[in-house]
Amino acid sequence: MIDLALLPDGGMHWLDASGPKSSIVLSTRIRLARNLQGYVFGQRARDNDRTAILTRVEEAAAAGERLRGAVTFRLDQMERPDRQLLHERHLVSKELAGLDRESRPRPGAALVVGASVGVMVNEEDHLRLHGMRSGFALEEAYAEVEAIDAELGRLLPFAFHGEFGYLTSCPTNVGTGLRASVLIHLPGLVLTREIQKVLQGLTQVGLTSRGLYGEGSDVVGNFFQLSNQTTLGKSEVELLDHLGKIVRQVVEYEEQAREVLLKTAELTVADKVWRAYGLLRYARSLSFEETMNLLSGVRLGVGLNLIPGLSVYTLNKLLIFTQPAHLAALEGRPTGDPELPTVRAAYVRRVLDTEAA
Amino acid sequence: MLCDNCKERDAVINLTQVEHDSKVTLHLCERCAQEKGVETGVTVLKSPLGGFITAMGKGAPSMLPSPADGLRCAECGGTLRDFREAGRLGCAQCYEAFATHLRDLLRRLHGSSQHVGERYVNPGEQDSDPQRLLLELREQLRKAVENENFELAAELRDRIRVLE
Ligand SMILES: [Zn+2]
Ligand SMILES: [Zn+2]
Repeated sequence: MIDLALLPDGGMHWLDASGPKSSIVLSTRIRLARNLQGYVFGQRARDNDRTAILTRVEEAAAAGERLRGAVTFRLDQMERPDRQLLHERHLVSKELAGLDRESRPRPGAALVVGASVGVMVNEEDHLRLHGMRSGFALEEAYAEVEAIDAELGRLLPFAFHGEFGYLTSCPTNVGTGLRASVLIHLPGLVLTREIQKVLQGLTQVGLTSRGLYGEGSDVVGNFFQLSNQTTLGKSEVELLDHLGKIVRQVVEYEEQAREVLLKTAELTVADKVWRAYGLLRYARSLSFEETMNLLSGVRLGVGLNLIPGLSVYTLNKLLIFTQPAHLAALEGRPTGDPELPTVRAAYVRRVLDTEAA
Repeated sequence: MLCDNCKERDAVINLTQVEHDSKVTLHLCERCAQEKGVETGVTVLKSPLGGFITAMGKGAPSMLPSPADGLRCAECGGTLRDFREAGRLGCAQCYEAFATHLRDLLRRLHGSSQHVGERYVNPGEQDSDPQRLLLELREQLRKAVENENFELAAELRDRIRVLE
């Protein structure tokens, strides 16, 4: 069992729903892909190289200011439930954690994590710097990661090309290596059936949408991750501005859709969100997917002021702690426990009993 | 037209893939397309490699099998063909080795092949930073030990001791 207390704030300060627009935009995330000169890229690197890369990153972290006191989680030495837990917390990718069916984490796969920023080491790229913020906060999230990038880049030789920019294993990340994304909740657009139009529009302006867990994951609970598709030919600031502008527009559409719902179908919507609340509050068995969908309904109810006395923080907490690995760790159960749905329902009831007015 | 995969539902999507040495176009229904990682309607592919394949499908002669396939990166030994199959480059040097072919692909993926973002200054090119030098020497020391070059290792250890 890993000691999550080692994470300065459990890696979850973004949950507190303190950020701008946090009832619609849950979190903002920045990732920068970097590689070291003189080593073959991640998927071809020899085991020796991987461990050398990890050592170099750890040494640089210790020598700099901003990652001093950072903790290293060696994914290649961790049990699966713990790796899954870090993934559920959005701190490591599925690939790095080796969570795909038969796979194992590769040697030297690690997460070096400080106060609010982490570095995935030995993923597809040697380093993937990432940071997360509550709500809609692109500039702040970027500034944080950029500072770590500048510091590490001063201590380690990054692979950079005058024409192509920061070199990455996959040509879809080359240039800035920047992927900025927001996790956004769009039940209004889903209920008014406008969502497909909006998502199509997004691809036309160079953005992509994914599910809650990023690449290849399904959309559950009306949570979408919107991010920039291209990384080359535009500056970091331009990429962030563009994403920011479009997200603001999507938030506006979502708000309009919610108004339409209230105006044209308030009773239906109220019935829907209260039913979701009722199920969460009284059900005796809940799958994770069902929980996500019900939380989506309740979140909409809170956003529309139909359900009083429930905070977005409580909803965020439920979203994280009802995930299989989190719930199992919290309740001292194995992750594959067939009783998990019962345990989940009991946990949700307990939280709502104490935190809902 | 019926879906090439299930032969039950109507095909709504044409997916162009490069398999082995030839270009294959599949006509798929919505469900089968989704199973292959293609989101219907929007033609966004779920994996970066997927994006790469669509880009190639949109008429990309230089990325289709060609004599240039044998082109090899001197640093990592990867060939252009390896890249085409894996969608990943082997090392930083590959970008130089395959530059002509990449420019074309990058333009299609990103709309440009020219980086205009932050410029990186190689730490070696800056004034000598004692901290960075220390890290560099430690790295050299590890390599010296690995190669059993103990004389060099001893020398490096002395230099490191002075800096520490
Ligand atoms: Zn089919
Ligand atoms: Zn190479």
